[in-house]
Amino acid sequence: MSAIRSKKLNMKNLLIQVVFLAVVILVIAGAFSSARTNLADLGISSGFNFLERSTGWGYSFSLLETNVNDPYKWTLFSGFVNTLFLGTLTIITSTILGFLIGTARDSHNITIQAIATIFIQTFRNIPLILQLVFWYSVLIHMPSPRQAYDLFDIAYLSNRGFMIPSVNASPVFFIAFLIVLTGYWMLKNRIPELKRLPSKWFYAALFGIAVLYSLFFIDGPLLSIPELKGLRFVGGTTVPVELVTMIISTSLYGAAYIGEIVRGGLNEVPKGLVEAGNSLGLNERMVWWKIKVPMALRTIIPPLGNQWVFMMKATTVGVAIGFSDLFMLISTSITQSGQTLELIAILMGAFLLINFSLAQFVNYLNERMRLKGH
Amino acid sequence: MSTLSQSNQKAWSLKASSRYKVLMHVLRTRAFHSKVDGFISLCFFTILLTAIYSIFNWALLDAVWLEESVDQCQAAAGACWSVIDARYKLILFGLYPYDLHWRPTLACIAIVTTIILSCLPTFWSTKRLSILWVIGFFTFFFLMRGGILGLTHVPTGQWGGLALTLFLFSSVVLLGMPMGLGLALARRSKLPVISYGVSVFIDLIRSLPLLTTLFVAAVVMPILLPDWMVGDKIWRVIIAFALFFACYQAEVFRGGFQAIHKGQFEAGDALGLSYYQILANIIMPQVFRHSLPSTINMVVVTFKETAIVIIIGFFDVLASANAAFGSALWAPYYMEVYVFVGLIYWSFIFSLSQYGVYLKKRMRIASH
Repeated sequence: MSAIRSKKLNMKNLLIQVVFLAVVILVIAGAFSSARTNLADLGISSGFNFLERSTGWGYSFSLLETNVNDPYKWTLFSGFVNTLFLGTLTIITSTILGFLIGTARDSHNITIQAIATIFIQTFRNIPLILQLVFWYSVLIHMPSPRQAYDLFDIAYLSNRGFMIPSVNASPVFFIAFLIVLTGYWMLKNRIPELKRLPSKWFYAALFGIAVLYSLFFIDGPLLSIPELKGLRFVGGTTVPVELVTMIISTSLYGAAYIGEIVRGGLNEVPKGLVEAGNSLGLNERMVWWKIKVPMALRTIIPPLGNQWVFMMKATTVGVAIGFSDLFMLISTSITQSGQTLELIAILMGAFLLINFSLAQFVNYLNERMRLKGH
Repeated sequence: MSTLSQSNQKAWSLKASSRYKVLMHVLRTRAFHSKVDGFISLCFFTILLTAIYSIFNWALLDAVWLEESVDQCQAAAGACWSVIDARYKLILFGLYPYDLHWRPTLACIAIVTTIILSCLPTFWSTKRLSILWVIGFFTFFFLMRGGILGLTHVPTGQWGGLALTLFLFSSVVLLGMPMGLGLALARRSKLPVISYGVSVFIDLIRSLPLLTTLFVAAVVMPILLPDWMVGDKIWRVIIAFALFFACYQAEVFRGGFQAIHKGQFEAGDALGLSYYQILANIIMPQVFRHSLPSTINMVVVTFKETAIVIIIGFFDVLASANAAFGSALWAPYYMEVYVFVGLIYWSFIFSLSQYGVYLKKRMRIASH
């Protein structure tokens, strides 16, 4: 009896699943066929051949060398680089700021706590896009370059953007230099040979290389400082208004969220551990670095990872003020070329890639932070 | 924070003299603990006071208030609220026909009342909440749309401002909540094809930015769908937004399901109840309870995210704010308009999230 019944149940379950699958396939196939007829009516052929075509339009900001005649693939890649660059930058700034705010929220001093609370409640409870357009309006109403705000004679703020000093070196040299430096910091305590080498020597050698490079390979000073010549600035780098706005608003918004996450983590640290640290004679800073943060990180990292993913996704909002991230370039490409399905697929692929890599990184961090022996 | 509020509570229950003592105690331990501490406190206190004072001056004392006195704005040191006085109807109701403004006013009141009522524990059952929201939403909808009871028909294309934002928000939550529950149940299904398919769908939507989803609904869908299915843009966007909400809400419900012991299902089985009876009478009430704080969090986030629709071309409260200072006369006063809209958003979001904090605390007490 029960065998027959379960067989019937199995048949029913199988039928449900087959129907479900059939409906899904039908919907997708229907969408594809109607998309094909609709696109054919517009005279657009499907396929990824359009990636080789030249775009014929320019955009505001790019880290890479671009011009109007670039093919679509280069334009989209440049958008991807912009998104990654902005996302990484704001993740770093907001995480640092967030830890500061979170620690301040945890402080025993009421005034520090009050300021941190006001910060969090202000920036967390207003939509990101509203903060974005607000800062954008503030920045484009800044004075013109001639009356730019002067920050210690090395950086200037005007309605054209933020003029900052730049290193007068080829990007390849600059990046190699940074990689060597960070590599040294990361490996200093791991490799015995490096540890034995006095750090003074290392820095002296690095400095020597930089000086030699500047003497033989470039003319002019190594550091280029912006200077007002007539109506505009010469030298240095100009960070465009759109990028400054994105950095300010996303960092503040993200920092408010991360501040709450950090405070939650610090709250979870058992009081006894802090007291144990105090009774060992550690000062407040040591307790924070050696006890509170390492313990709190275990609760902080999972939600922090979610927040990082959110911030990567939040770069898309930049389209509201014309920041040329991947989303803006994709949507412009769609209106210009009409290759809707292919472009949307590229957009999805790019975001899946970014999110997947971030998730892997967060998992790695989680693994490293786990209590040993647990 | 907790120690502070505890000592505050203690302070109010005591007599005046000991209240003073408690205050002194708080100051001694939490502001002037050491010399450095005292110095820091004084510095930050001064900064805080200066900031509050200058904001107070800008917003209230030196401000110009009326539309007629706009010519004083140039000379005034403070805010020029004349722009709000002149344009607040545009910001709140967008391009809605001017002589019918009583309708969106009533509609907004209706939906805000619905939100407030659903915060009261009296309404916390699936039946009551659903009835409340369906009534509230349709009151809102028909007041806005008209076309019945002799009200003039106003197409959705003319809706705007805060009314449109509230409409998007409430329809997304109303549609997304049952969809989220459905997705959560499908993901838990014992049938591998269904649970796997739904998992892939949820994870896909969750890893894409909301803007992409809405963009696909607004711009790409007309190409994908046959002509008779395209429909109105606003409904396509609402459905896509609701799907997005549902995918996140499904994860919230999943958390609620995980908190329930397996024995509860078995107990239901042993009583001879059917799957749906077990779900409706035993499991769901507990799932709702467990997932309430995260649900409120999701609702708050959704309210914030509705602001994004300006990008795909809706005339929401932010777009109408941009329009409000769009003329030469009002162009210099963008700051005032943004502060006004920011305050609207802030008061909604702040009160909702504070309510979430309160609920969390209440439930923690109840579960002890």
